[in-house]
Amino acid sequence: MALIQISEPGESTAPHQHRLAAGIDLGTTNSLVASVRSGLAETLADEQGEHLLPSVVRYREEEGTLVGREALAAATMDPLNTIASVKRLMGRGVEDVRRLGTHLPYEFVPAARGMPLLHTAGGDVSPVEVSAEILKVLKTRAEEALGGELKGVVITVPAYFDDAQRQATKDAGRLAGLHVLRLLNEPTAAAVAYGLDRASEGVTAIYDLGGGTFDISILRLNKGVFEVMSTAGDTALGGDDFDRSVALWIMQQAGIPDDAGHFQMRRLMQEARSAKEALTDAASVEVKIERNDGSRWSGRLTRTTFDELCAPLVQKTLGPCRRALRDAGIRAADVQAVVMVGGSTRVPLVRDRVAGFFEREPLADIDPDKVVAIGAAIQADILAGNKPEDEMLLLDVIPLSLGLETMGGLAEKIIPRNTTIPTARAQEFTTFKDGQTAMSLHVVQGDRELVSDCRSLAKFELRDIPPMTAGAARIRVTFQVDADGLLSVSAEEQVRGVKSSIEVKPSYGLSDSEIEHMLKDSMAHAQEDMEVRRLREQQVEADRVLEALQAALADDGDRILNPQERAVIDDAARQLAGARAGSDPQAIKQGIEAVEAASSDYVARRMNTSIREAMAGHRVDEFKSS
Amino acid sequence: MDLSSTYFELFGLPQSFLVDTGQLDERYRELQRTVHPDRFVNATDQERRLSMQLATRINEGYRTLKDPLRRGRYLLELGGHVFDDEQHTTSDNGFLMEQVELREALEEVRAADDPFSALNGIMDRIAADFDALTGELQQRLGSAGSAGKDGAAAETLMKMQFFRRLHEEAQELEAALEDELD
Repeated sequence: MALIQISEPGESTAPHQHRLAAGIDLGTTNSLVASVRSGLAETLADEQGEHLLPSVVRYREEEGTLVGREALAAATMDPLNTIASVKRLMGRGVEDVRRLGTHLPYEFVPAARGMPLLHTAGGDVSPVEVSAEILKVLKTRAEEALGGELKGVVITVPAYFDDAQRQATKDAGRLAGLHVLRLLNEPTAAAVAYGLDRASEGVTAIYDLGGGTFDISILRLNKGVFEVMSTAGDTALGGDDFDRSVALWIMQQAGIPDDAGHFQMRRLMQEARSAKEALTDAASVEVKIERNDGSRWSGRLTRTTFDELCAPLVQKTLGPCRRALRDAGIRAADVQAVVMVGGSTRVPLVRDRVAGFFEREPLADIDPDKVVAIGAAIQADILAGNKPEDEMLLLDVIPLSLGLETMGGLAEKIIPRNTTIPTARAQEFTTFKDGQTAMSLHVVQGDRELVSDCRSLAKFELRDIPPMTAGAARIRVTFQVDADGLLSVSAEEQVRGVKSSIEVKPSYGLSDSEIEHMLKDSMAHAQEDMEVRRLREQQVEADRVLEALQAALADDGDRILNPQERAVIDDAARQLAGARAGSDPQAIKQGIEAVEAASSDYVARRMNTSIREAMAGHRVDEFKSS
Repeated sequence: MDLSSTYFELFGLPQSFLVDTGQLDERYRELQRTVHPDRFVNATDQERRLSMQLATRINEGYRTLKDPLRRGRYLLELGGHVFDDEQHTTSDNGFLMEQVELREALEEVRAADDPFSALNGIMDRIAADFDALTGELQQRLGSAGSAGKDGAAAETLMKMQFFRRLHEEAQELEAALEDELD
C-alpha cells in the first residue's frame, strides 16, 4: 500500500483547490468508476483500456484475490471460489439467501447475526467484503488515473434498495478505505447525467434494468433541482434472470438434468448470456453446449423464442412502473422523457415494451452501462466542493415505508414510502400492562401489512420505564432518515424522560466492531496498525474541521462575530492545529470537540443568516458553505 | 428562522389557508439549496447535523403546506385546537350516506363489465367531493372570529380525511386490478 500523502496544515486549506472525487457504479454484473476532469465527466479505463470491471471476485488459497476479467475467466473452472453478482446478497439474511439459493452456485456458511458468509478457498467472506474487493480495485484505478488520493466518492445503489442493503454498501466503501460522500440512487444519477447535458425541465421517467435489479423513478427537473417524485422496483429482477431463462431453455432442449452441478450451470449461464447479447442485433443465434459426459449439443435460438422466454420478466417491470406513476400522482402521458439505463435495456423487447407503456420512444444516447457512473461523478465533484457556484440539488425519497411492529404482528407505518429525505417522524406508543417497565421495539421496512411480509431492520428495547398503569406511559419513537436514506431510531418516555437510541444496524449487517476487525485484518497485510489508522482518521477529520471553519470565517466571520467571540474560536482552532501536528489521536479528538463547542453558536447564526438571505431574494451563491 | 418558527414563517408566507403554490414550490427549492446536507458534505459534524435538522424541517413544512388537508389541520393546531383522533363522529347524514354509497360502489367494481371505467367514475366522484370540502374549509377558516369556527373546520377536516382514505383504498384496488392483468 502506498504511503498516504498529507500536505502541510496551512497548505491544504486553499479554498479553490481541486479535490479528487469519483463516482462509482457498483453493479451486479459490472462496476465502473468515473470522474470529472477538465469539466468533463468520463468513466476511467484500466491499463488495457477497459472501462467495465466485471463484478467478480475469485478467492484463492495462497496466491491472493483476483478481481474483474481474470476472475470472470476462471468462473467456469473454479465456480465455488469465484463470486459473481454479489450485489444480490448485499444486506440479505440467511433466509433470503436460501430463497435465492437454488440459483447460486456457492457454499454458504451461516454466521452470527444471521448474515450469510460464503465459503471460499481464501476463507469465509461476507458479501460486504467481496464488494469491498471490487471497490478497492476501482479506488486504485481512479487514484492512478487522477494522480492522487481520492478525497471522497459517491457510490450508487438501486433506488429500491432497503436500509439494510444501503448500510451494507456504505460498509463496503468504508472497508475499502473510501470516504463515502453520499449514496446516490442509480436512476437519480442517470437523470443527472442526462439533465445537465440538456438543461431540460419537466417530468422524466428513468427505467433502469441492470444485471440483477430493476428500478423505475419519476423525477421532476426544475431550475437545477432534481426532485424525485416516486420510485419503485424489484431488487431481485434483472438481466441475470433473462440468462437463466435461456439457460433453462438450453437444458430442456439438450436434455441436461436439473442437478447438473455448478460447473455445468456456469457454462450454461455464460452461453446463455452470449446468446442474449448476440440477439440484440441478430434474428437468431447458434447455441452450443458440452454436456457433463463430454457429448455436445447445438441448436438455434431465434429472437422470437427469446422474446417469448423473456416476456414474463419484462412484463414484471411494468407493475412497478404503474405504481411509480400512481404514487407520483401523474399519468404516463405526463412523462416528457423516458431514459433507459442498464445493460439489459439493450434487449429489443425491453425497448419495445417500455416505448409501448409510456407511448414514447425512450432515450438511450448515453451508453446505458456508463450513464450511472457519469452521473455519480458529477455529483461527487459537486459534493467535494469543486463547484461552489453550482446550483444543482438532488432531492431524493425513501423507496419503502418504515414502521414498527405493533400488537398482532402488524406493521404500523411511521414514514410512508416516497417521502423526501432527509426526514423525521415521531409517533407515540403506550404500555399494554400495568407496571410494565420495558418495551421492545421492532423496526421494519416494507409496504405490506404483516410484519412477517416486511423486512426486519432491527430490534431494540427501551428499559427503565417508570411503572405506571397500562396506557399511562407515553413512549415517543422518532425515526430519522438522513440524506443517504439511512435510518436511525430513538425512543423517549415522555413522562419521566427515559431515553434510548440506536443506530439501526440491520439484523444481518455488520456491527462496528466487526468492521473494525475486518479493517484490522486487512491492515495486517498492509503492515499498518490500527493506531496509525486512527491517528490518520483524526488528522483527516481535523483538517476537514479547520478547513470548513477557515472558509466560513473568511466568508462572514467579521460580519457575524464580535472580536471577543472571534478570539475564542480562533484560539480553539489554534489549539486544534497544534494537536493536529502531534501524534496523539485522543488529543486531536478533544481539539475537534473544543472547536465545535466554541463555534456552535456561530454555526447556528451563520445558518440562520444564510436562510434569511435566501428568503430575502438574495442570490443563493452569495452564501458559500465550504 | 430557527427550528421553533412556524412553517409559514420558515417559508416566508402569510399564515393563511390560501397558499400560492407556485411561490411555495419556489421557496422550497431556495431553502433546500441553502440548507440541504449536500451543501455541507465537507463541513463539521455540527454543521452537518444542523443542516440535516433544517432540511428535515423544510421537507416536513413543504409536505404540510402543500396538502390542503395537512395545511388545514396545521392551521387549527397553530390556533390551539387539539385534535382527538379517537372521536370521528358527525351528524351530517348526507355525508354518511355518500360514504356508504361510495364504499358499496368500490366493493362492486370487480363485478362491473368494465372495472376500470367503473373505478375511474368513483375516483372522479371522490376527487370532486374532496375539492368541494376544500372550498368549504377555506370559507370556514376565512371567517375570522365567528363562534364555533374551529369546531366546524375540524369537522370538515375529518370529512376530508374520510375521502382521502377512500381515495387511497380506490388506488389500492386499481393497483390490484392492474396486477391481475399481468
